This record gives sequence, structure tokens and C-alpha cells, in this order.
Amino acid sequence: MSTLVSLARAQAVDVGRAQPVATVRHVHLSGRPMMFVPLALAGEACAPLAAMVGDHPRAPQLLVVTQPRNRTQRFGFAAELADIVVPYIEGYLGDVEILPGSGRREPRTRCADAPQILMPNRAGVSFARLLGRSTRFRRAEGDYAVPATVPVLGRWLTFLAERAEYPGSCLMLAATDMLTMHWATGQSPVEDLNLAALLGWIDPPDGRTGPEAALAAEDPVRWPPAGPATDPTFDNEVLARLIAAGNQAAASGDDRAERRARVALEQALASQLAPTWRLLWRAADLLRGLPPGGHVAARWDADKDAVTWHAGQLRDGGPPQPRRDSAVTAARRLARLERVQAACAAQRAFDDPLVMAEHRLTGEAFAGEVVAVEPGRLDTSGRRAKLRPRVTVRTWDPVLVDEGAALISPARPRQDARVVSVANAADGQPAQVVLELAGGMGHGRTAPAGTIPEVGDFDCYATFSDGYQPPPAFPELEQTPWTHGGPPVPYQPVPYQPTDEEAQEEWS
Amino acid sequence: MDSTGIRLDRIRGPVTPRNHSARTIAALSGNPGCARRAVLDAAGVDKQGLAAHVGFPAMAGQSQFAITRGNAFEAQVKANGCAELLTLLREHLSLPIREASYDNLDEVGGNTSREVRHAWTRRLLARAAQSGDDAGTLFDHPLLCLRVGGRPAYLEPDLIAFQLSGRFHVTEIKSFSVIDGQADGDKVAAAVIQSAVYVLAMRDLLAEMGIGPESVADQVVLVCPENFSNRPSAALLDVRKQMTVLRRQLSRLRRIDSLVDVLPPGLTFDLELDRAGVPRRLPAAVAGAVRSVDARYAPECLANCEMCFFCRDEAAGTTSALGRATRDDLGGIEHVATVLHLARGAGQPADDQAEVAQLLRTAARLRAECLGEAV
Repeated sequence: MSTLVSLARAQAVDVGRAQPVATVRHVHLSGRPMMFVPLALAGEACAPLAAMVGDHPRAPQLLVVTQPRNRTQRFGFAAELADIVVPYIEGYLGDVEILPGSGRREPRTRCADAPQILMPNRAGVSFARLLGRSTRFRRAEGDYAVPATVPVLGRWLTFLAERAEYPGSCLMLAATDMLTMHWATGQSPVEDLNLAALLGWIDPPDGRTGPEAALAAEDPVRWPPAGPATDPTFDNEVLARLIAAGNQAAASGDDRAERRARVALEQALASQLAPTWRLLWRAADLLRGLPPGGHVAARWDADKDAVTWHAGQLRDGGPPQPRRDSAVTAARRLARLERVQAACAAQRAFDDPLVMAEHRLTGEAFAGEVVAVEPGRLDTSGRRAKLRPRVTVRTWDPVLVDEGAALISPARPRQDARVVSVANAADGQPAQVVLELAGGMGHGRTAPAGTIPEVGDFDCYATFSDGYQPPPAFPELEQTPWTHGGPPVPYQPVPYQPTDEEAQEEWS
Repeated sequence: MDSTGIRLDRIRGPVTPRNHSARTIAALSGNPGCARRAVLDAAGVDKQGLAAHVGFPAMAGQSQFAITRGNAFEAQVKANGCAELLTLLREHLSLPIREASYDNLDEVGGNTSREVRHAWTRRLLARAAQSGDDAGTLFDHPLLCLRVGGRPAYLEPDLIAFQLSGRFHVTEIKSFSVIDGQADGDKVAAAVIQSAVYVLAMRDLLAEMGIGPESVADQVVLVCPENFSNRPSAALLDVRKQMTVLRRQLSRLRRIDSLVDVLPPGLTFDLELDRAGVPRRLPAAVAGAVRSVDARYAPECLANCEMCFFCRDEAAGTTSALGRATRDDLGGIEHVATVLHLARGAGQPADDQAEVAQLLRTAARLRAECLGEAV
């Protein structure tokens, strides 16, 4: 967080409504996202209880496990879920776009669009990860066979939950994360984890203030928790009785009684899921009201690349994601996460003046009026005269840059701006910074209009950029040093077949 | 009983005091600055009942599914004289236990009173510590005692302490899963600090008999289900850091008398229960009494304390209610109104607020500029 966001929280308290902390949408929203609201049985590692899932607000599909401790029913749930989720994902794999090659790079194809699964909160994403873990090593024949779609679902869920850790990736997102990225509420981040309370602050119903709506949202009877954990009172007073009734009916062999018990359980669980289902769509609608940021499409392209790659892995019979990353894979992944994080933070600031303002407040960027421009200034110190226009910017922002620092303006990311001199703010006068510009101006003797700022422009300069950073060098897998456990044992055989141990792993 | 004890009794009223548990002691270390919680816990007040009476009932407790699963797992691990546990300790942790006897301290000859059980626990543990032989012994449900705020708190851990090469190891059985070697960080942290409470209590108990702290290992054994199965797995966890935190916290609480001394005389949280257990005292009077003891509300209280909703309501309009990070970002200023006042540039900030006032004014200008609002 930053002081700017914290001030927005204070303002939200004052106004009684959430305050914007972004002026554009920093996430990609699919035209047809799939919403997934899972519920799990309390106390178990990953025992699915029910889910509401689907890609249309008026057509949620309800999945229910009548005996959550029954292994067969768990795989039944996974198979039903796979029948909804896998076709949805595979529906995106057929349509491809061709990317032209450049230089040494061959032309290639990738999915023209990608699936997107939205979940209520991060705990939901963790549940998807665990569900992926417990299903991706299964097999469709032999002992403990499961439907062939189950391990496919497991691998996709694992892939999506892993991508969810990448800053800027939008294949699987938690609604609470999406919303808090764009609005600051007048409550704490802990309370923001409650989707109903969060939306209460952002978009309270008519006649209610944000805090009133948030307080009402904490009543688990009116607003059941957004899962995967259920309301303990619901468990104790409703669910336990219905599950017991179902077991009794099943034992009695009375089909009608069994059906009745099932319907009662389905209704009870639907009542727990439906409010969150509606909240999830409302969250998406609210975000759709914001115009997308400039780099959102580029990040979505990276998501499409990732989906294309993973689909290829599945098609070519590659092994599922390992239980634990090997040392080299883990180090590479961490380095990639760090680079993506830095690039994404810079992109968000470049796309959104309100995010840039956070950096202006800390002195990592400044903005102000251009008061002087020398568009035709030449640097004649070298053998050939070089075009090096200078601009003077007046700013009230705290300026912490030193002479010689290299800056970037979001308006012209290909142009370098070097600090020539800084006159700090004093006696009620703003600071003045003189910058020398290089690049992005063509090859002429004067800079064409539009390639450099003009007097009177409002211009911003940042000490960071989202420019390409070469990945650090890591050894190949086979070269893993003994200090890190030596080379990992490769999966055998190729193409991958689950071992007996994997396929028969308990899920109780 | 000393004067503080008498004061605390009056504060609680004529009802049986609530026991501290390892969980409540662990929670104390989460918000050490809260005098309200310290006093309520020291006096053994029923916080759940108190919160409900003043109109801010705490959230529902645990799901019965979670409780059932926890009990079933514990029973499974301990079945047949802890057969599964012993295998685990031998195989996973390579502990050289040849054979072990098993002592259930749940009751002593049919007597389940705390004092009797505690005395029996003391005797057994002392004998084991002094015998010095290598015979491993598992103690099921020993009853430990730790002085919290000058008052004895009986701890009924579901733990087993076993002796190995002259040392006791505290063992904690939890039913959350360890999946591919990883478990929920919050749950592990909670289990570790609870185990630290037990280690502390055991060391205190043995110290009274002149047995040094080295007789209790500062590594505890955490037993959890492995992956998605019910099979137990074990891990050794170092609790030295948590012990330091707890010890500091308990020594602060030992000075509970200084907290009690500044409270209004005659203060009581007595709900004046009638014979049917229905409170008769006016909620407003009780709430007034609660308010006279300072609280230090933080959003983390929502997960740890029965009084949280009362305190949150009371803390409305403060920056701490928005979380520690927000409060720090806003320069530690206590009230939201002051923050906004300074951000508007209204009035002259106090000397120690000059710097943060400057920051807030800039922040407010930037927000207004970006959102196209007038400052």
C-alpha cells in the first residue's frame, strides 16, 4: 500500500463510500468469463461440497456432493466440473492468430483469445489449486480409474492457479483482488476479504451508506460467506442434518426419500452460493465500467501465449506439473515473477495517472508544466552534431532525482530524458527540472511535432520503466548442482503415464 | 488471595472464572498492548457472554465437521497406545525409541478434578525426569499449569510429551493437512505458538522441582495428516522465537496489578445472572464498564477475540481500525478526521506532525488533480 491509497481509505471513511484508486481498468475482462464459486467441507484438506459455475449470469450450474467424505462422489464432482470447465477452456484453443516473425524469430500461432475464470476470493483460488493437485495425477484405466477428463481438469486448474500468482495475469482472478486494485474502502484489508462487504462499500444499495452495507454484509444469514469455507452455523444447524438425512435415506433404499433428501440439500447449498454468484457478476460489471488501461491487452497477449504453451504440453503428452518444482525451475520461476512484478507495476503507473501519483508522492516520478523547450538544440560535442532538445518542467511534486539520472515519460516511452539540472522548490516557488531528450525523434535536424513536449504541456517523468530486462542465467536442469539436490529425476515414461502410487493416492 | 486477586474476582462477579487455554495465551501475544483483553482474561471473564450482552455477539464458533475431523484424527494417532505416533517418530524423525509405555492422564482413579490431575502430572513427569533411563514414555492429556497475570491457568493440551534421552518433547496433533510438504502458514504459526505455551508450562513445572529447562526440548513435534489422506506425518519445529515472545508477554502480564490499579474502583463486568442464567444488568451499564478499560483494537482482533465487534465499533473513525499498514502510511495519526484536516491544509499542524502534514497535503493535491476534483 501507499500513503495515497491510505489517504483514499481515510476519505472513504469520511464520505461513507469507497474511493477510486485507479482511473482505468488494470485487468482484462473476457466477454465471456466463467464464474466459479466453490464450497468445501470444513475441516478437510480439499473436500468439495458444492459449486456454482457457469459463463452466463442467469444460467449457473449447481454441483453438489451429497456425501462429502465419499471418495467416489468426490471424483464424481471433479468429473462434473470437468465437463463444464474443460470444454469451456478447449473452446478457446481452436481459434488461432498468426504472429509474423521478425528477425530470427519464426512466425508462430497462438490462441486468438483465452479463457478466464473468476473466483470470489483468494481462498477460492487456493481451493482450485488443491483440487488441481488432487486430480492431475489420476488415470482413466486400471485400479482407481477416474473419467479421462478428471486429470485434464486437474492440469488446467493447476496451470490457472499458478498463473494467478503472476502479477498482471488475468486467466484466473479473485474478485476481491480485482476490486481492491481499483477502489479503497473505509475498512481494513482484512475486512476487504469479504466480497459482500467490499461491494457494499463500493456500490451500496440505494439509501444505504458504505459502512451500513458492509455491516449488513457481515451477517452470514443474509450474506453467506463467499466460500470455500462455509458458515459454521449453517454447517451445524442445516448442513449436518441434511447430510445425515441423505445418508439415512440412502441406507433405507427408498428412492423417493433419497431424491427428496437430495433436493433439500441442493436447495440449502444453492441458497449459500447464489448470493456470491450474483456478487461475482456485479463485480465484473462494475469493473467493465472502467476503460481498459493501455498495457492490459499486451498482458492478455502474454496470457494467451501461456495458454497456448500449456495446451501444447497437454497435446504432446507432457507430464503434469510436479508436486514440487525442482531447484532450477523454482529459481527461474521466482526470477520471472520478480521481473513480471516490476514490469507490471511500471505499466500500471504508465497507464494510469492515479497510480503514477503514488510514485510522484514518493519521489520516484514527478509531473508538471513544461515551461521552456529548445526543440532544435544540437549537441555538438562529438564528431557529429546530435539532436538533443531540452525541456524545462516546473513541478510541485517532491523531486528526488539527481543530475544525470535517466528518466522516462509515459507519453513517450521510447525517449530517454536525462536530468541536466534541478532547482528545488523554495519560497513558494515550484521546483524546476531541466531535461535533455534523446531518441524517438526521427533522424532529422529538428524534432517533428508530437515527438517532444510543447510549452504548456503537462508532462510526467518516472525513474522506472517497463523495459525489457534480460533474464538472469540459470543452469540447465541436468546441470543442477549437488548443493541443490542434483539433477531432478525426469518423468518416465514418455509420454507421461501416472504411476500406481500417483493414480491411487488417497483422497479421503 | 492477594489484593489484585480480590479486585479481579470483583471485576468478574460471582461466576466461575474462565480458564486460559493455550489458544488464549497465544492470542495475547498477538495484541500485547490491549489492556482490556489482559484484564478480561486475567479475571477469567466470559467474553463471549459479555460481548453478546452489550450487543456485539462474536461470530459463531467452529463447524462440527471440523471438530469431528480433528477429534477423529487425534483418536486415530493415539489409538492402541499411540502405535501410529510411535511408528511416525521412529521412521520420519529417526528417533531411537525402542519401546515406550503409555500413560493416560485424563483422570486419576476416576477423579477428573484439575488439581488432582495436575498433581498427578507433576509426579509422573518429575519421576520420569529424575529416573534418567532411556525408557520412552508417552503422556496423554497431561494437565499443565502456567501462571498468567499472577493467576494459575490450567492448560489441557491434547498433547503428548515423551521422553527421549532424558528430554521431553512436546507433541501437538493438528488436523490441517500438509500437502507436498507445505501447510497453511497461519495454521502452522498458530500451532507453533500454542506448542510454545506448553513448552513454557512444562519448563515451569519442572523448574519448581529443581529440574533445569534443558530437560524440555525447544523443538516440538507437529503431527498432521499427509496430503489428502488421514495418514499422519510429523515434523520437528523450533519454537525458541515464539518462547521469547511469550515470555516477554507473560512478564508484562505479571504486572496485571498495575493495570488493575488504574481502573475505577468498584468496576465490575458482572452481568448479574439470575438463577436461570439470564443477565439482568443493563447492557448500557455493562458497556460503560467495558469502555473504562482501554482497548487497542486492530483488525487482527477479528480472528482472535470475542470482544472484537464491540471494540471495532468503538474504534470507528480511528486509523488503527483501517489496519496497521494504513495507520503507518498516514504517519501514525490517530484519527481519520485529523488526517483529512491536515490533508486539506486546514489549520497549523503540531510540530511533530509538520512532516506528515506536508506529505498528506501533497497526497490530497495529487488525488484531486488525477480525479479532476477541486482541492
